[in-house]
Amino acid sequence: MSTMREALTKPIIQNNPIALQILGICSALAVTSSLKVTLVMCISVTLVTAFSSFAVSLIRNQIPGSIRIIVQMVIIASLVIVVDQLLKAYAFAISKQLSVFVGLIITNCIVMGRAEGFAMKNPPLASFVDGIGNGLGYSVVLFSIAVVRELFGSGKLFGYEILPVVTDGGWYVPNGLLLLPPSAFFLIGIFIWVVRSVKKEQVEKAEFKITKNTRSVKEAF
Amino acid sequence: MANNDSTQRTLLVAVVLCIVCALVVASAAVMLKPAQVANKALDRKANILAAAGLLVPGESIEAQFEQVTTKIVDLRTGKFTDELALKGFEQAKVAKDTETSIALGDDDLAKIRRRENFAMVYLIGKDGNYDKVILPVRGYGLWSTLYGFLALENDFNTVAGLGFYEHGETPGLGGEVDNPKWKALWPGKEIYDDGDVAIQLVKGNVDSSTPGAANKVDALSGATLTSRGVSNLLQFWMGELGYQKFLSNLRSGEA
Repeated sequence: MSTMREALTKPIIQNNPIALQILGICSALAVTSSLKVTLVMCISVTLVTAFSSFAVSLIRNQIPGSIRIIVQMVIIASLVIVVDQLLKAYAFAISKQLSVFVGLIITNCIVMGRAEGFAMKNPPLASFVDGIGNGLGYSVVLFSIAVVRELFGSGKLFGYEILPVVTDGGWYVPNGLLLLPPSAFFLIGIFIWVVRSVKKEQVEKAEFKITKNTRSVKEAF
Repeated sequence: MANNDSTQRTLLVAVVLCIVCALVVASAAVMLKPAQVANKALDRKANILAAAGLLVPGESIEAQFEQVTTKIVDLRTGKFTDELALKGFEQAKVAKDTETSIALGDDDLAKIRRRENFAMVYLIGKDGNYDKVILPVRGYGLWSTLYGFLALENDFNTVAGLGFYEHGETPGLGGEVDNPKWKALWPGKEIYDDGDVAIQLVKGNVDSSTPGAANKVDALSGATLTSRGVSNLLQFWMGELGYQKFLSNLRSGEA
């Protein structure tokens, strides 16, 4: 049972798909300018990851090695289309805002990464839990970025005014950069920095080192 | 495991998987269709109201839409027609049917290939005494056809609003046709100058000192082709082949 709990909680901070594995950055940039959209995206990604891992794991012993990636893709793509259809039916306004990004869950590296890296070798239930865990890990990062971006970019949280902006007669001058996708790069960078300062074991070993000068300046010339 | 990798086995897994996935996707699409269609219809109504600047957020769209009169116009004569039933009228279908549309050759400014002879228009107000008219327009931008509504004030020349409800332009560049700030540039602009279609998008800021400012709107930065598309589609739909006859009939009260 402890492995189950580990599968669920480990990806949230310790083995976070975005912060440690640097997967799924693309959608983290695109959909984090407002919390509402981010929330829907997080739920969608979590569900897709969980169910695709579950399905892949269910048939993992039947999948021929030569077409395993395609098999995973087909399962993921089908699930994403179902999610897209559901959103269009029950959350039309949000599905319009998310537009192509729901479809792009298919190419979200986290979904694929968990199917290939975990579900192919583990039983269905564990894979499902792992999918949920990784979805939550993704959500944690997206949420923290979205909070900063929406609060300081448009002075709101979930669309409710927190900092009254100047254009509406308030005092807060919003930071326009935060509404643009590149700002998420800085925020993800800061997030990774903070996580790695606390959890030193996440810091990767340097691949190479610049050697010290062996000759004095005088000798060199 | 070795057995798994035989050709037959690979084919079998691929085929079975495809069938299962196709079933899942197809049943989801079919079962959710009614809800999606209803959403689309509601969204369309919201867009019509929004184009005219009448949409009040938070209130029932159905109730708000009651002030709108829907009519069909024969674009060849520019008059209202009862030839086609209002119910079940689908402009896209009419535009495809060779009997109810005309092929556009060199006149195809908006790049839509065929123009329907009948268009569904929306009017605010009662018989003959209309406050606003809302016209469906469409045309090709950079990647996609932009579908939208143009609302005109009761002089049938001044723009009350413009909005696109469906397009696939580049987000952040051409996609800025949805930007409320850009849309706010439209109300008050004039379509015609001396009876000619004069509305166009131009590079750079338009202020009162710009010559012909009433007919010019600041184009979208970084989206030359989308802007050109919007310009073209307005010039087409406001011109001879579009709603020009209908609008002049409205003006003289002969529609």
